Amino acid sequence: MAADLGRAGARRAGRRRRLPFSPWHLLLMPVALLFTLPLVQMVLTSFMDDAEINKFPPRFIPSALHLTGYTKLFTQAPALRWLLNTIIVALVSVTAHLILCSLAGYGFARLRFFGRNVGFVIVIATVMIPIQLLMVPTYILFSRLGLIDTIAAAFVPWLASAFGIFLMRQFFLSLPAELEDAARIDGCGTFGVFWRVILPLAKPALATLTIFTLLGSWNDLIWPLIAISDQRSYTIQLGLATFQGTRHTQWSLLMSGNVVATMPLIVAFLLLQRQFVATMTFSGLKG
Amino acid sequence: MSAAPTRPAGSTAAPARRRAAPRLLMAGRVAPPQVARRRPVARRVLGRSLTGWAFVGPATVLVVGLSIFPAVWAFLISRQRWNGISRPRDVGWRNYRTLVTDSDLRAAVRHTIVFTALFVPGSVLLGLLLAIALNQRIRLTGFYRTCIFVPYVASAAATGILANFVFNPQFGIANAALRAAHLPEQQFLEGRSEALVMLCVIALWGELGFTVVIFLAALQDIPFDVVEAALVDGARRRHVFRYVTVPHLAPVTVFTTVWQTITALQLFDLVFTTTKGGPLGATQTIVYYVYAQAFQVAKFGYASTVAYGLFGVTLVITLGLLGYARRARIEAF
Repeated sequence: MAADLGRAGARRAGRRRRLPFSPWHLLLMPVALLFTLPLVQMVLTSFMDDAEINKFPPRFIPSALHLTGYTKLFTQAPALRWLLNTIIVALVSVTAHLILCSLAGYGFARLRFFGRNVGFVIVIATVMIPIQLLMVPTYILFSRLGLIDTIAAAFVPWLASAFGIFLMRQFFLSLPAELEDAARIDGCGTFGVFWRVILPLAKPALATLTIFTLLGSWNDLIWPLIAISDQRSYTIQLGLATFQGTRHTQWSLLMSGNVVATMPLIVAFLLLQRQFVATMTFSGLKG
Repeated sequence: MSAAPTRPAGSTAAPARRRAAPRLLMAGRVAPPQVARRRPVARRVLGRSLTGWAFVGPATVLVVGLSIFPAVWAFLISRQRWNGISRPRDVGWRNYRTLVTDSDLRAAVRHTIVFTALFVPGSVLLGLLLAIALNQRIRLTGFYRTCIFVPYVASAAATGILANFVFNPQFGIANAALRAAHLPEQQFLEGRSEALVMLCVIALWGELGFTVVIFLAALQDIPFDVVEAALVDGARRRHVFRYVTVPHLAPVTVFTTVWQTITALQLFDLVFTTTKGGPLGATQTIVYYVYAQAFQVAKFGYASTVAYGLFGVTLVITLGLLGYARRARIEAF
């Protein structure tokens, strides 16, 4: 459709065309710059020292490669610890999500048992509950469970999700039932069928789930903010947010922290772009 | 096993079953029930339920335990006066009566509505426009798409801090650009009248990639033969857009509208890392107000009351939109 409309448009515009390129570029090029330049400036500024950042008028390109922001970040604050905490939180969240949501998704899609439909409806209904309703009771729940000030408080909310269960269920529903029957006749138990036959086929859905959980748990601010006040258990996002409050003039430090906090995901996105887009499309079209 | 005397071949069935497997496979799904029928019904149902719940149990318990259970608890707390430490005191509906007269909350609601009214149409319309642009047969669309999507990957915390830097009234690059263009400088996030609009601009910067990608996927989903048929029937481009593209995009539009409305109503991270509700409360949103009431002034009970108020509003809006969509015969989910 795009092809045809594009060509039809070009043909009609051909006679009075003045631009050597499609007019759509006039929209897209500035927008693309607007979306990327702040991030470019973030990276460039992280290599300036504070004196240079505070110069007037502001500069865009650093005069030399200063690493003061990064050295301050890792010496004056336990940023390495925060980064490690965040990596642990993301790893635990993704692993738990993959295991628990694929098990539950398979159960809701393929097994027949008492209470299945009611259970699934309840799980889906939980997405209606907004986060602010959960802040207070979750904080109290975490303090009763002794999770306050531990990094567990950052990953427990991400161990499983209604979206993950829904995604895996939809995927398993799309697989032909004959596969399972064949495996069962060959002597596989229910878990064996799931583990040896079904799960290896679910790689695309598992990739989507991985990206969804990685984005969510890595970028999460609200749960660590509520439950963690001990600096040693901070995630990198929480560390940044508190920097913002206490060292709001030390821009080289803040920008270095921003680079450290965002670059892992941006690099992952650039490498696995197709998967990221598929994840968003799924959550949009079928979520 | 021994409790199935109705089948004389039962004891020797196992090897026979294995030999018969290819035939049963061709017959469809008859094999498992036959195996199971040899056990008593009650035990079979119990066994199946145990297996089923072993699969779905852990995730279900976690999801429900971290949402419905706290949500019910929050309702109990919302009828209490509690600072989180001392013994909670039951105050009945008093918190809910305070809710109606709380002028700070009214301001927070107003700010949230203004933000939502700017953010939702902005992200849907701009997302649609950019998706149409990216769907053209022109060069560099892959590059443009990457550029527009990258900010979506960055966290709200990082986005907020970056925004503080770019829009710093003294040395930020935004005011430097205005000066260079001989335009009046702005206060941006530090100006009472501008801060909320700026938050919306920043949120759009971070979230637009999402709607663009969804609309783009929906556009590319339109079957070509439908467009071709329309063109053969003599339709102009605008007709194709009006009678093919727009109806096809309707369900996705409903979905993104609902989704972005929920996102907008829950705005928090960005406020926390930029204005912290300021200047002078101008960007105080409902969720930020709940957070401040609970964790800054330790009014756990009242904070839960506010949260329930917002929950009711969100529910009404969501159901209203879905009801409208159903009446308009748009399949969104």
